[in-house]
Amino acid sequence: MSETSEFTHPLPYASWETRGWWEGAGRGEIVLQRCTACGLVQHKPRALCVRCLTDTIEHFVASGRGTIHTFTVTHQNMVPPFSGQLPYVLAYVELEEGPRVFTNIVGADPASVHIGQAVVADFASGPRDDGEAIAVPRFRPA
Amino acid sequence: MTLSGSVAIAGVYEHPTRWAPEKTEFQIMAESAKGALDDAGLAIGDVDALFAASMTMSGMGIVDLAEYLDLKPTYLDGTNIGGSSFVAHVAHAAAAIHAGMCEVALVLYGSTAASNAMAIGTGMGGERRDPAASFSAPYGMTTVGSYALVAQLHQQRFGTTSEQLAEIAVTMRDHASLNPAAKMRTPITVDDVLASRMISEPLHLLDCCIISDGGGAVVVTSAERARDLPKAPVLLLGCGESVAHQEVGRQDLLTTAARQSGTRAFGMAGVSHDDIDLCMIYDSFTITVLATLENLGFCKVGDGGSFVSDGRIRLGGALPVNPDGGGLSSNHPGMRGIFLVIEAVKQLRGECDARQVDGARLACVHGTGGTLGVAHSGATLILGTEA
Repeated sequence: MSETSEFTHPLPYASWETRGWWEGAGRGEIVLQRCTACGLVQHKPRALCVRCLTDTIEHFVASGRGTIHTFTVTHQNMVPPFSGQLPYVLAYVELEEGPRVFTNIVGADPASVHIGQAVVADFASGPRDDGEAIAVPRFRPA
Repeated sequence: MTLSGSVAIAGVYEHPTRWAPEKTEFQIMAESAKGALDDAGLAIGDVDALFAASMTMSGMGIVDLAEYLDLKPTYLDGTNIGGSSFVAHVAHAAAAIHAGMCEVALVLYGSTAASNAMAIGTGMGGERRDPAASFSAPYGMTTVGSYALVAQLHQQRFGTTSEQLAEIAVTMRDHASLNPAAKMRTPITVDDVLASRMISEPLHLLDCCIISDGGGAVVVTSAERARDLPKAPVLLLGCGESVAHQEVGRQDLLTTAARQSGTRAFGMAGVSHDDIDLCMIYDSFTITVLATLENLGFCKVGDGGSFVSDGRIRLGGALPVNPDGGGLSSNHPGMRGIFLVIEAVKQLRGECDARQVDGARLACVHGTGGTLGVAHSGATLILGTEA
């Protein structure tokens, strides 16, 4: 996976339920949850499996590969820092393991982005005031 | 006696304002309450159930509103599921009236979104130390972006064109030109929509609803009581409610909340799609209308582009949609659901002058709340003049 790049967007904040995902990103990994009882791979992360309603979940490192399920090139956002970074690409990426994640597509000309495009995870972080070692998973063309 | 046909809308009022910097939300609600109660031939003292939501009411806002109006209702419901809330409120009120828990319900909305300069569609994504918001805020998610994700997928999968989406905006503007209260009344063309600046591909500026101030009120009571009131009762024949969300990462973005709520509402009403004389569809964006018509079952998923292209949804067409001009051209003060109900009732009473759907007897109302491609609610009503 790629090295971590500088991140200027609002930083994510983890709850204990979502810590596996964000700390995994801090290590340059896509970390998903799987239920050891029913096998469900779920995203976003939760304290328990939403099928079994029990805490029979484990975290595992996913491949970090996926395809663009859908996307939009955003030309207007009134809020800094996004207002200064237009246009940017919002997307759902369907991971090889099944779940679709809401994300940005980076490292590509927005005009070249297309549905079905193969992408890989790309992690970004920035300076924080709380000592957390977490990063934001985004995706770039494979 | 079943719920279908046992409860009626007896009074409605759409606040005429589109710009009200001198008013508060509660003031607009109170002025609207007066209008709807006058329309129903009732007084504020008759009200025993209060329903409301707004852009700024807090979790206990319904209590604050009861105090503002000096009301002590026996039934309170401050449900906020986004812009569809008021469509759901009418159904909740009907259930409560049918169960004998109250008799006269007042549903209220008021907003100063425009004069407060709320950037509703493209103002999200700022710094929030919120673990739940962390799955969207760091990416610069916008409301319009969430709808654009659905539009892009629809275009790619079915060949739906931007011209077909633009036709919806052009139709709404033509309808607004017949509505003296509408904010945007100058006709536009498909080329105007396509030439307007891109907001979030493939949605242009004119694919997006306007932002206005405004408000409205609806009075719901038993069909029995409504028969003795001045205006012809409009009966609730069917209702349904639903939610669509990310489904632990497996959401079908082309199946919207309208699928479930519409199926329930049509089933309860016992009517078919061919029976419907007009639709009031929440038109936050052009794609919202197209996806809603498909998911309500007026056409197959994927056929929405051609369905809206041949004048079918225009006044005079087979299925007029939003004769008032909708949120795309008449008014959109943040949460538009109440206006869907108000216009449907006026149409069914034959009170709409130049924009009247001839012989309207049965209307389908559907509100969408939230962000279409991320998480949204749906509420459907079937309203009619006869049980």
